[in-house]
Order: sequence, then C-alpha cells, then structure tokens
Amino acid sequence: MRFAFKTAYEHDLGLFRDPVQRAWYAALLAGVILVPLAVPAYLSDISLVFIYGLCGLSLMVLAGYTGLVSLGHAAFLGIGAYAHVYFAQDLGLPWIVAVALASVLAAASGVLVGLPALRMTGVYLTIATLAFALIIQEVFTRWDHVTHGLKGRPVDKPVIFGVSFASDWAFYFLCLAVLIAALWLTANLLRSPTGRAWVAIRDSEIAAQSMGVHLARYKTLAFAYSAGLMGAAGALFSHKIGFLAPDIFTVLLSIQFLLMVVVGGLGSLHGALYGAVFVALLPVLISEARDLVPAWAGHAAAVLGKSVGDAVYLSLDRFVKQPGLEPGIFGLILVLFILFEPLGIYGRWRKIWLYFSTFPLYKAATFRRQKTYMRSERLR
Amino acid sequence: MTLFAADELVVNFGGIRAVDGVSFQVEAGQVFTIIGPNGAGKTTIFNLISRIYDPTSGRLLFRDEDITRVPPHEIARRGIARTFQNIELFEHATVLQNLLLGRHAHAQRRFAQELLFLPAVRARERAHREAAEKVIDFLDLQAYRDSFVVNLPYGVRKVVEMGRALCTEPALLLLDEPSSGLSVEETADMAFWIQDIRTLLGITVLMVEHDMSLVSAVSDRVLALNYGRVLASGSARDVQEHPEVIKAYLGG
Repeated sequence: MRFAFKTAYEHDLGLFRDPVQRAWYAALLAGVILVPLAVPAYLSDISLVFIYGLCGLSLMVLAGYTGLVSLGHAAFLGIGAYAHVYFAQDLGLPWIVAVALASVLAAASGVLVGLPALRMTGVYLTIATLAFALIIQEVFTRWDHVTHGLKGRPVDKPVIFGVSFASDWAFYFLCLAVLIAALWLTANLLRSPTGRAWVAIRDSEIAAQSMGVHLARYKTLAFAYSAGLMGAAGALFSHKIGFLAPDIFTVLLSIQFLLMVVVGGLGSLHGALYGAVFVALLPVLISEARDLVPAWAGHAAAVLGKSVGDAVYLSLDRFVKQPGLEPGIFGLILVLFILFEPLGIYGRWRKIWLYFSTFPLYKAATFRRQKTYMRSERLR
Repeated sequence: MTLFAADELVVNFGGIRAVDGVSFQVEAGQVFTIIGPNGAGKTTIFNLISRIYDPTSGRLLFRDEDITRVPPHEIARRGIARTFQNIELFEHATVLQNLLLGRHAHAQRRFAQELLFLPAVRARERAHREAAEKVIDFLDLQAYRDSFVVNLPYGVRKVVEMGRALCTEPALLLLDEPSSGLSVEETADMAFWIQDIRTLLGITVLMVEHDMSLVSAVSDRVLALNYGRVLASGSARDVQEHPEVIKAYLGG
C-alpha cells in the first residue's frame, strides 16, 4: 500500500492526492482524447456517455453529497434543452450565451423546487420532485409557442463563434470539454466550505445546524447548482438527439439518472461517471442481446434438437421483445445494487483496490457498516 | 461576569411540561454541570440553548444579549458550540473534514470564488486547516486525522466530536453527557480535557453528566433538576448531599 507523504497543508488542498494519481488522470485524459482515432464509429455513443456523466454529476451533488434524492431531474434536463433551443434558434443568441441562460434558468427552477422542499425530507421530497417533473412535462406539451408541443422541434447543430460542431468528433470534444469543466467546478466546491456543508447536511442535519450551517441556504444552493448543471447537460443533450419532444423527458429518464448515481456509488464523483457509462451502455447491451437471440436458439437447436431450439427461440424472443424490458432491468439492477453493493461500482472498485494494495492483510470487515447508535434525528 | 443566563425557561410538549421555570447563571470561566435523573429535562435545556426547540416562555441570555429567537445556525457564530449525547458526527467523512466543518461558523460565503477555487479560497482553507490542526494537537488526534469516522471506536468519536465543537472557537461549550459510553480510563481522560479546555483555552463549559466522579472532579457549580424543576444548586458536594436530590435519585 502506498501512503502519500504529506509535508504541507497544500497537499490536502490539491485536486489530486499525489503526483502518481495526477499522472493516472493525465493518462486517462490522453486516452479519452485518442479515442476518436481508435473507434470513430462509436463517437456519438460516447458523447452521450459524457452528457450522461454531466447528468450524473448533477444528481450526485444533490443525492450523493447533500442527501436530497430527486426523481425529477429529467425536468431540469428538459428545461435546459428547451431553453437552449429557444434562446439559440428563436432569439438567435450566440451558443455560449444560450447555454449559460439555459443553465441559469434551470438553476432558477431548481431554487423554485428547492424552496418548498426545505420543509420536506426523505421520501416526501422525492415525491415532490416527481410531481414537479410531471407538471413540467405537461408544460412542455402545452407551451406550443416555445416547445412546439407534441409536434416536437428539430435542433440545429451547434455553431460556436462561427465554428461548426456538426461532425461527430467535434461534438465529442465539445461534450468532453464541458464535462471536464463541470468536474473541475464541482470538485472545487467539494473541497470548499460549501461542499463540506453539503456533506454535513447529508450525514446529520442537526449537527450541521449546530455548527452554523444555514440548512435552507445550502439545500437551496445544492438544488440550484444541481439543476444548473442539468441545464447545461440539457443544452448538449438537445444537440445530441437533434429533436426535442415532451415524451423524451419522462420519469423513466429521471429514474435512469437516479440509477446512475446509486449504481455508480453515492458520494463520489467517480461514481457519477461509472454510473453514466453503465446507464448509457445498458440499452446497447440489451439491443445486442436482441440481435443474438436467433444465434442462441440455433446453438440450442444444434445441441438439443429442433423442437427445443424452437421453444428456446420463442421464449427468448418473447422475453427480449417485452415492451417494459428496459425499465424492468433498470429497476432490477437498482434493487440488486442497493441490496448487495450500496456503495455502487465505485465502492466495489475501492474494495478490490484495497484488497490488492493491502494483500494479504485485507480485512473483510473494513467496509462493514457498524450499527450506529440511536440518533437525535428523531428530534425533528 | 455572567456569560450565559437562562431566565424562567418553560417548554411544553403537548400536555407535558418538560422544563418548568428553570433559571440559572453560568459565570465566565466556570464548569457548570446539570445533573438529574432520566427525563429531568437536561438535554431539552441544551436543545433550547442550541435553538433546536423554541421555549414556550422564558429567555436565554448570552453575553447580555437575548438569543431566545436567534435562528439555530446563528448560535455557533455567536460563540456557543455543542456535542450530542449520542454523537452526531458526519460519519462518511474523515476526522479532519469533521473538524473543518467545525470551522464553518468562520467560513465566508463566496460561492463564485469557491467554484473557481481562487487563491483567496485556498488561503482561507489553509487558515482553517491551521486552526483545525491546533485542535488535533490539543486533543491528541494526530493518529486519526485521515480516518473515516465510521471506522473509529466510540471513545475516539466522543473526543472528535468535542474537537469539532472546539474548532468553532466557542466562548461557551455545551457537552451533553461527555462520559456516556466511555470506559473508566476514557472518562478520566475526559476529566483532564474538560479541565484543560477551561484553564488552557479559557472556554466556559456547560455540561450534562451522570457520572458523579467526573462531575465532582471538574464542576465548579452543579444544578440538579427533576421533572423540569430545579431541585438544588451549588457546589458538587452540596448538591449531592441535598436531601431533595437524594430523594429524586433513590426514591422514597
């Protein structure tokens, strides 16, 4: 196991633990920059991973760091997307300005949701955000003037300072740049008093308050920041899908965002990104599985005879073509993670890493959660 | 000089009068202890002082200012810090992060600066870190600096929680049962720390405590409560020998 040898307080203020870690991140960045050369066909899919990464980051701040679970984040994404398209295409504002305004508008609506949410905790808050998302979806449907209602509206390719980002690889780097900027800003907040206040609210509101944390201010701030990030993600998302319609920003999308942060690992920026990769890849895997059904049935027929092969084909075919398959699998995975790996993919990765770095001294109990003592959260 | 005073405090929870006309004065530099059987209203008084509850009537005075209607997050900024009976640390954070949160009362609200982590933020963070390190040195927490609170034994958590309260640089420190859940040795250490906090840091201590050895060792003044009323007050020995107090504990 490597220990960082710290000789100045500065070492704890940096973004990276030590030069080795910084080198690893630099290598990762180089890898991501070289991806377009390696797999040009998948650039568009990977751009979606980056956009989902932004969404995951947004919800991670709120759910993972502040402990406020939202089931309405698709609404903020939608607000960002529609606002961006409205500002850029109807008002003809420059791209950067349109994104900034969309982000600010989403943040403002986040404050709007956050204010009543201050009096609610836990599942009640989640239901309030869900209600908000449903209302917003209705607004998207009815507000013809801006959203063009159910007809939907096409989105132009992004043009920034006269440079077109229409090609897949240009858009890839645009998304990557925004994601890295958002990661940097969020990491900055998390190492500042604001981030500590958020974590404090998550772990014990009553203690946070006694240490001088203004609960209402920091909860609203978390909502606003999270929604603002979501708004920026929405702007990119609108270009990615190229066509906006109200039925894109459904509750299912909100559930996917929640799935991202839980599966990735609550309370870590890495987790948001792992979750984004996972959620973006899962539909691809499911559709791959769909295509493979005849092949599997063929194998079964070859080994077990034609009648078994046909039966296998029919049942598999019916299974993979079930209308609710995707949300069903998402839900199942969410339940399995909560049951077996509440720390998510990032938690699993930490365990594996610790196992090898402390081998053969790893204690299985390192991550076991102790029963906590009765908490005065009951006071409230 | 009177640092803190409670004036005729009354709290009703529905039909129950949890605190019934309690008044007391804490002099600056004292260790003032509140004792009493379970349900006497000791922790309720703490929750009144940290403004988690609103009193039905009565006043709280701190440094001659009325703090009865001050919002709870203002209390730390005014110079009152507290610990909790059952430990309310931020468990999924390290000891250092917990202590740094104790500095929140001294944090400036500069969202845009923090977003970009400008040099000013960096300088302030370094100052907070220095303040937290002083507390780490004071309480001998060096070995636990980077440990997560979830992984720490109960006794250490108790000290960390006290450290977090000290990080706010309070004038008045409220300790809610500092010895509960501690071993005999840890309780003895706690007594030394409370004395050091008073004499070395010059912080006035108001505590709720059951362990009479700790109470006698550190208290300058003791107040006994039962059913929300003051039974007796005075030196530890006087209160312990007071017939009403003996009756409240032993019955009869």
